[in-house]
Amino acid sequence: MSVLAVEHLRVEFGTENGPVIAVKDVSFKLEKGEILSLVGESGCGKSTVAMSIPRLLGDSNVTLGGSVRLNGVDLSAFSEKRMQAVRGKEISVVFQEPMTSLNPAYTVGSQISEVLLRHEGLSRRAALARAVELLELVGIPDAQRRIAAFPHELSGGMRQRVMIAIAVACDPLVLIADEPTTALDVTIQAGVLDIFRRLRDNLGTSIVLITHDLGVVADIADRVAIMYAGRIVEMAPTVAIFAAPTHPYTRGLLGALPSRAVMQTDGRRRLTDIPGLVPSPSTDPDECQFAPRCASASGACTAARPAADLVAVGHSVSCYHPAVGAML
Amino acid sequence: MLQQVITSIVTLFLASIVVFVGVRLLPGDPALVLAGETADPAVVAAIREQFGLNQPIWIQYFNYVGQALQGNFGVSTRDRIPVAEILLQRLPITLELAGLAILVGVLIGLTAGIVSAVKRGSFADYAANVFGLIGLSVPHFWLGMLAILFFAINLQILPASGYVAFTEDPAENLRRMILPALVLGTGLSAVLMRQTRAALLGQLSADYVRTARSKGVSRSREVKHALRNSLTTVVTVLGLQLGALIGGAIITEQIFVIPGFGKLIIDAVSARNYPVLQGAVLVAVTGYVLVNLAVDIAYAYLNPRMRLAGGAR
Ligand SMILES: Nc1ncnc2c1ncn2[C@@H]1O[C@H](COP(=O)(O)OP(=O)(O)OP(=O)(O)O)[C@@H](O)[C@H]1O
Ligand code: SF4
Ligand SMILES: [Mg+2]
Repeated sequence: MSVLAVEHLRVEFGTENGPVIAVKDVSFKLEKGEILSLVGESGCGKSTVAMSIPRLLGDSNVTLGGSVRLNGVDLSAFSEKRMQAVRGKEISVVFQEPMTSLNPAYTVGSQISEVLLRHEGLSRRAALARAVELLELVGIPDAQRRIAAFPHELSGGMRQRVMIAIAVACDPLVLIADEPTTALDVTIQAGVLDIFRRLRDNLGTSIVLITHDLGVVADIADRVAIMYAGRIVEMAPTVAIFAAPTHPYTRGLLGALPSRAVMQTDGRRRLTDIPGLVPSPSTDPDECQFAPRCASASGACTAARPAADLVAVGHSVSCYHPAVGAML
Repeated sequence: MLQQVITSIVTLFLASIVVFVGVRLLPGDPALVLAGETADPAVVAAIREQFGLNQPIWIQYFNYVGQALQGNFGVSTRDRIPVAEILLQRLPITLELAGLAILVGVLIGLTAGIVSAVKRGSFADYAANVFGLIGLSVPHFWLGMLAILFFAINLQILPASGYVAFTEDPAENLRRMILPALVLGTGLSAVLMRQTRAALLGQLSADYVRTARSKGVSRSREVKHALRNSLTTVVTVLGLQLGALIGGAIITEQIFVIPGFGKLIIDAVSARNYPVLQGAVLVAVTGYVLVNLAVDIAYAYLNPRMRLAGGAR
C-alpha cells in the first residue's frame, strides 16, 4: 500500500474576479522511502497541491475535490481536530516563503519546540535540547546560541533551514518540501539534500519535493511528475524523464534545442522558458491546454482532453502525439 | 530606550512652557480676582508683589519650575492651601477613574476585537461592529446622560453621582465608579475593538500562522501566534487614545460630579486660580508623557525588531 495516495485532487479558489481552478485533476502515489519531484512553470499549482494534502488551505473560499489517503486512510473524512494530529507529525511541510514563514515575535527555539511539545510529549527543557540538535542537523553553526535568536536576526537561508528543522522534528511519514533549496547557496543546498536523503534512508520518510532546479531533481528524485496548468501531464522515473521525455511540454522544459543550453552561470540546471502564455486558471475546457504553445498540436488536441497513457512501465503521459526516443 | 527618555524630557519642558504661557493668556487678572473687584489698588499691588506677578514672565517661569521640581506648586489663590496638597488629594481619584476606564476599554475592546476577527462574518462579528460604530460616534456627555437615566433613574440600581473615597468604603467607591468608568471606557473599547479586529485579521492570514497550522496546533494557538503580532498595534492605539481619555475624563467627572482632576481644572479656570490650574495641567501633561514612554517601552518589548533597533540588547 502506498504511504500517500492523491486521487483526482481538485482545488478551486473563489476570488473577487471569479473562480481560480489552481489544481484541476492531480493523482499520484508515493511509496515508503520514495522521493517524488513535482516540476512545472510558475503558477501551475504545485504549492496548492502541497498545501491541500495536509489541508492547510483552511479558508472558506476554497473548494477541495478528490481524496488524499495516508496509509490507505482517507484524510478527507477527517475532522479538523483529527487533521491537527496528522499535521506536523505524519505529514509536514516546508513552505516556499522562508522570509515570512516564521513568526517574527518568537525565538527560533520556541518555534521548533512548539511542534515537539505538540506531538512528542516532551518537557519544555527536553524540547529545547532537541531543537538544538535539530538546528545542528540542518547545519546551522553555533546552534546553542541561535536557539535564542529571533527570525529577523537570521539570513533567508538560515530561516529556510529552521523551517526544515521544524518539518523534520517529529520524523514525519511524508515530508512535503516546496522549493526548500531556492534560498540556499550550492554547498548548503547539498547539505539539505543530504538531510532529506538520510531521512529517507534511516526512517523511510517519503518526500514530495517541489523544485525548479533540474540538478536537484536529477540528484535526489526517484520519480518526477511534470505539472502543467493544474494537471500532471507526464510522470516517470527520473532516469526516463531525462533520457526519454515524451510530452512536448516536458521536452520544452528540459530544453529541446542544444542552443538553449540549460547550464546557467551559477552552475545550476534550470527549467527552460517555453514561448507562449500559461492558460487562464479560471476555466477548465475539454481540450489539451498546452495546444496554443505546442508545435505538435493537431485538431484532435483541441477536440477533447488527452487521457493519461502508459508509454513504458511506470511512465505515463497525457498527449495525443507523444514523442518517442531520446532528445537530441 | 535612552532616546525615548530624552524625547520625553524635551516634550515635558516644551509642554511646561506652553502651559505656563497659556495660563497667563487667559483673560482676567488673578490679582484682581483675589483682591475682589472693588479692591484698593494698593492691595492689588501688594498681592502682585506677594505672588511674584510683577516680574518678567520668564523669571516667573524659572522660579515656578524650580519650585515645582521640589514639589512646590505654590498655594491656591482661593484658600491658600498648598497646590501640591490639593493635587495629591485629587490625583488618585482621576487615576482610579482612568484606570478603571482603561480596564473596561481593554477588556471589552480586546475581547470583542478578537472574537469578531476569529469568528469573522458571524453574528458576534456583526454585533461587535455595530457596537464599534456606535461607541465611536456617541459623545461622552450623551452616553453619560443615557447611563444615568437608565441605571440610576429607571432601574435605580446605581447612583447617579457622588463620590466616596476608596479608603473610606471600597465597595461603595467601586459601585459609584462603575457608571463613570463604563461611560469613559466605551469610546476606548470601540476604538480598540476596531483596531484589534483589523490587526488580527491581517495577521491571521500571515504565512507564519500557516506554519503554526502545519505543526498541528489548535486554532486557539494559531490565534495566539497572530495576536502576539497584533498587540503592537493595540498598544500603539492605546497610547494614542490616552489624550482623548484625559479629555473624556474631564467631561465624565463633570457629569457624575466626581471631585477629580477634571473638575479641579474646570473649577480653577472659572475661579482664575492660576497656581491650581497650572499645577493640575502640568501634572496631567506629565502623566500623559510618562504613559507614552511606557507605551514605547511596551512596544519595544512586544516587537523584537524594535528591541534590536533600540539597542536595548
Ligand atoms: N489563495 C488563493 N486565492 C486565489 N488564487 C490562488 C490562491 N493561491 C494560489 N492561487 C492561484 O493558483 C494558481 C497556482 O498557484 P500555486 O502557488 O499553486 O503555483 P505554483 O506552481 O506553486 O507556482 P510557483 O512556482 O510560482 O510557486 C496561481 O494562478 C495562483 O494565482
Ligand atoms: S495533446 Fe496535442 S497539444 Fe497537447 S501536448 Fe500533446 S500534441 Fe501538444
Ligand atoms: Mg509555489
